[in-house]
Amino acid sequence: MTRLKLSSSTLINIGGSIIAVTIALLLGAVVMRLSGADPWAAYKALWNGAFVGKRSIAETLIYSAPLILAGLGFALSMRAGLFNIGIEGQLIVGGFMAALVGAWDLGLPSVLYVPLALFAGAVGGAFWGFIPGYLKAKAGAHEVITTIMLNYLAMRLITYLVLRRDDILPVDPTFVATKKVVPEARLPLLMPPTRLHLGIVIAIAAAIILWYILFKTRFGFNVRAVGLSQGASAYGGINWGRTVVIAMIIAGALAGLAGAGESLGLHGRHWSAAPGYGFTAIAVGLVGRNHPIGVIFSGLLFGALNAGGPAMQSADVSKEIVQLIQGFIILAIAALEVVNRFPAIRSRFSRRSAASKAGA
Amino acid sequence: METTTATTTQASANSGIDYAIRMQGIVKRFPGVVANDGIDLLVRPGEIHALLGENGAGKSTLMNILFGLYTPDEGEIAVNGKPVDFSGPRDAVLAGLGMVHQHFMLIPRFTVTENIILGNEGSKSVLDRTAAAKRVREISESYGLLIDPDAKVDDLTVGLQQRVEILKALYHGSRILILDEPTALLTPQEIEDLYGILNRLKADGTTIVFITHKLKEVAAVSDKVTVIRRGKTVGERITSDTTGQELADLMVGRGVSLTVERTPATPGRTILSARNLTATPIHGHKPLTIEHLELRAGEILGVCGVEGNGQSELVEVLSGLRPITGGTLTINDTDVSTCDPNGFRAAGLSYIPEDRHHRGLILDFPLWENVLLGNAQEGPFVRSGIVRERTLQARTSQLMQDYDVRAPSPSTPARSLSGGNQQKLIIARELFRNPDVLLAIQPTRGLDVGAIEFVHKELVRVRDEGKAVMLLSYDLDEVMDLSDRIVVMSEYGITGEFNAGEVTRNHLGLLMGGRHSDDQAEA
Ligand SMILES: Nc1ncnc2c1ncn2[C@@H]1O[C@H](COP(=O)(O)OP(=O)(O)O)[C@@H](O)[C@H]1O
Ligand SMILES: [Mg+2]
Repeated sequence: MTRLKLSSSTLINIGGSIIAVTIALLLGAVVMRLSGADPWAAYKALWNGAFVGKRSIAETLIYSAPLILAGLGFALSMRAGLFNIGIEGQLIVGGFMAALVGAWDLGLPSVLYVPLALFAGAVGGAFWGFIPGYLKAKAGAHEVITTIMLNYLAMRLITYLVLRRDDILPVDPTFVATKKVVPEARLPLLMPPTRLHLGIVIAIAAAIILWYILFKTRFGFNVRAVGLSQGASAYGGINWGRTVVIAMIIAGALAGLAGAGESLGLHGRHWSAAPGYGFTAIAVGLVGRNHPIGVIFSGLLFGALNAGGPAMQSADVSKEIVQLIQGFIILAIAALEVVNRFPAIRSRFSRRSAASKAGA
Repeated sequence: METTTATTTQASANSGIDYAIRMQGIVKRFPGVVANDGIDLLVRPGEIHALLGENGAGKSTLMNILFGLYTPDEGEIAVNGKPVDFSGPRDAVLAGLGMVHQHFMLIPRFTVTENIILGNEGSKSVLDRTAAAKRVREISESYGLLIDPDAKVDDLTVGLQQRVEILKALYHGSRILILDEPTALLTPQEIEDLYGILNRLKADGTTIVFITHKLKEVAAVSDKVTVIRRGKTVGERITSDTTGQELADLMVGRGVSLTVERTPATPGRTILSARNLTATPIHGHKPLTIEHLELRAGEILGVCGVEGNGQSELVEVLSGLRPITGGTLTINDTDVSTCDPNGFRAAGLSYIPEDRHHRGLILDFPLWENVLLGNAQEGPFVRSGIVRERTLQARTSQLMQDYDVRAPSPSTPARSLSGGNQQKLIIARELFRNPDVLLAIQPTRGLDVGAIEFVHKELVRVRDEGKAVMLLSYDLDEVMDLSDRIVVMSEYGITGEFNAGEVTRNHLGLLMGGRHSDDQAEA
C-alpha cells in the first residue's frame, strides 16, 4: 500500500541521492577523525579545491565531462534493463579511435576535423556497446559477463596496438600511447589559460538530447518500457531485441564520446593506461537515478570530488579519501535500494512513518 | 448458498467472553482520505468472521489498527474482553493475535524456520533452531499444513508461503488469526486447501477474521459477515441467513446485478478464423493444436477449461505473441500468421490480457503512457517518432471520464490505481481503437463486484455493437453467464463446442476434466 511513495516518485529519488551523499560525507568524516585528521578542515579544502577560483572550477568541469557522458551511457543501458559494466571498455575504445583519427593528420580544418574525430570516438564506443547488446538479443548472453570480457579485450587490444603496430598506426610505443593529436583535431579551449575544453559543453548537450529521446520520443518510450516490463512491452508490440541493441549502441557511443573528449581535449593523445572512469560512471548513473538531468548533477559532484581531492592533502588527509567517499556513496545508494526493494524492510519503515504521523 | 456447516457452538470453548474482538467507532484518517469512518466489528470466539468490502473500503486499515500497526484516531478496541491500546504488533502478538498480510512479509532467502523465529513480530532466541524446527514441524503436522521447516521460502509456491505466514502466527501463540485477502494470489485448488486448514483451526478453537471482497468466499467459509463500505460498517449478517445479492447490494451501496442481462446474439460474418493451427510450445509443455476456431461478429465465444490446458498458448497465438508453426490464422480476411502484435492490432484485434501487472500495464508509467502502449504506431499519438504528449494526455483524460477510471490525473502512475480502475483503463485503451475482435482473458480476475458488473456489461455492449468477443475464463459460471457459444479447452486442444443453453454445467465439467464429447453416454 505504501510502495509507491517510497520508490518511484522523483522527489524521493532526489531525496534518496542527497541522503546517500550526506551519509557518505559523514562516514568520510568519521574515518578522517579516526585517523587523526580534522574533517572540517579537509572538507573546506575539498570545497576550495573544487569550487573556489577559476582554475578550481575549470578542473571540476574537466573531470565532470567524461563522467557525465559515461554516466549517461550507463543510465541509458539501465533504462533498457541492462547492467552495462562495459562502459570502461566502450570509453577506451572511443578514446583510442578518436586519438587515432586525430593523430593521423588528415589535413582538415578544425571545423571538420574535430567533429570527425569525435564521431570516430562515438563509433568506436558504439561498436563496443553493440557487441554485448547483440549477444544479449540474439543469444541471451548475460551483459555483465560479456561486457567484463570486452573490457579486458579492449585494454589488451589497445596495449598491443600501441606497442606493436606502429608500422601501420599513428602510435608511440615509447609512451605506450597514440601519437599526439594534431592541433586542428583538438577540442577548443573555453577558458584559457585553464585547461577547460569543449568536453563539458558536449556532455551537457548530450544529457539534454538524451533526456529528450528518453522521455519525448517513441524510441525512448520503448527503451523504458522494455526496461521495466518485458511482458508488457511485448504485449505493446515493442521489439525487445532491437530496442536493446540500439540502446546499447547509443550507450556505447556516449561512453565513446567520453573517451574522445579525454583524447581530443585533455590529453591530446590516448594513453593506454585506463583512467577507471568507466566504473565511476556506474556510480554517477546510480546517484543520478539514471535520469539524464540527474546524471549532470551527479557527474558534477563526482567531478568536484576528483578535482578537489588533491587539495585535501593540505589538511593532512590523503587524496584517496575521495575514493573512499565515492565507495560510501555507492554503498549508501545500494542500501537505500535494498530498503526499497524488500517488502519486509520497507513495511517496517513505512509502518514507523505511519505510526509517527498518526502520533503527531 | 452452499456453506460448510457453521459451527458457532465452538464459542463455548472460550467460555465467559462475549467477543474475541470488539472494535467500536474506529476512525482512521490519512492525508486526504478517511480510511475508517466509525467502523464497528464484533467477532465471537471460535467463529470464522468474514470482513467484506470493496477494494479501498478500509478493510486492511482496520486490521492494521487491530494489529497495532496503526494507531486509530478514535474508537475503542477490546481483545478477549480486555481493552487494549497496542503500541505495535509485538503487543498484538502478546495478546494472542496473528496476522497474515495481503503482501507477505517473508524473507525469500531464509528457511521457513528462520523466517518464523526471526520474524518481524518479535522472537526470543536465534540459537535453539533445531527445537524451533521441531515445533514448526509439529504445528505444521497438526493442522495439515505440509510445510518442511528447512525449505527455503524462495522455493515455495505462493500458497505454501501463505501457510508459512499462518504457521508463524500459530508458532507465536495466536488464538485469533487475521487473514487479509488470503485468496488473492491462490489457485482454485489452493483456495480449497486453505478452507480446509481454516476449518481445522476453527475446530481447535481459533478465531478467524477472513478479509475478502468475494461473495463466494464469504459463503464458503464464514459463519458471520460484517460488510463495510467507504470506511463505515453497513451491516452484519449470519452467513447462512443472507444471500449473495443482499451482501453485494450492501457492499456496493446500490442494487448491483449479479447476473448479466443480455438479448440473444445475432451472429454475423466470421472475423477471426483459425484452422489447423499449431504453435511452438512453451518450454516443457505440449504443443498447441487448434483444428478449428471461429469468432463471429456480434457474438461472445466463451472458452472454458481447467487452467494449464493450453489457454496461455492459445491467447499468445491469437494475439501475435507466439509464433505459429503451422495452419492459417486470419483476421478480417487478412492473413496474420506471420505478424507481430502490431500486425494483429492493425488487422483489427484488441486484447485484454490476463495479467494486468505484467502484460496489460507498466505499473511505473503514468496512465497516459500506458494508453500509448500498443498505440504507438504513427498516428494521432506519435508523429515522426515523437510522442504527442498533449494529445495523449487529453485523450487519456477523456477515456478516464468515459470509462469512470478513478485517478487524480492522467499523470498518476498506474501502480497507485485499484485493480478495478487498472482494468477499466486497459479496457478503455483497447476499445477506443474500435476493434473488430476483442480477446478478453480472465477480465474480472481479482476485481470486486461493482467492477465485475462493469466489465460484464462492457463485454455485452461490445458484442451488441457487432464486434466479435472471445471470453476466456477459468470461472465456469462466468463463461456460462456471458457466452453465446462455448468451446472447451482440454489437453492443448478444443474438445467440444456448444451453443449456449444447449449444454449443462455438468457436461462442460466432464469435458474440462478430459473426457471427449462422444464419451457422454458413459457419464
Ligand atoms: N498508509 C496509507 N496512507 C494513506 N492512505 C492510505 C494508507 N493506507 C490506506 N490508505 C487509503 O485508505 C483507504 C482504505 O484502504 P485499505 O484499508 O487498504 O482498503 P481495503 O483493504 O479495504 O482495500 C484507501 O483509500 C487507501 O488509499
Ligand atoms: Mg486491503
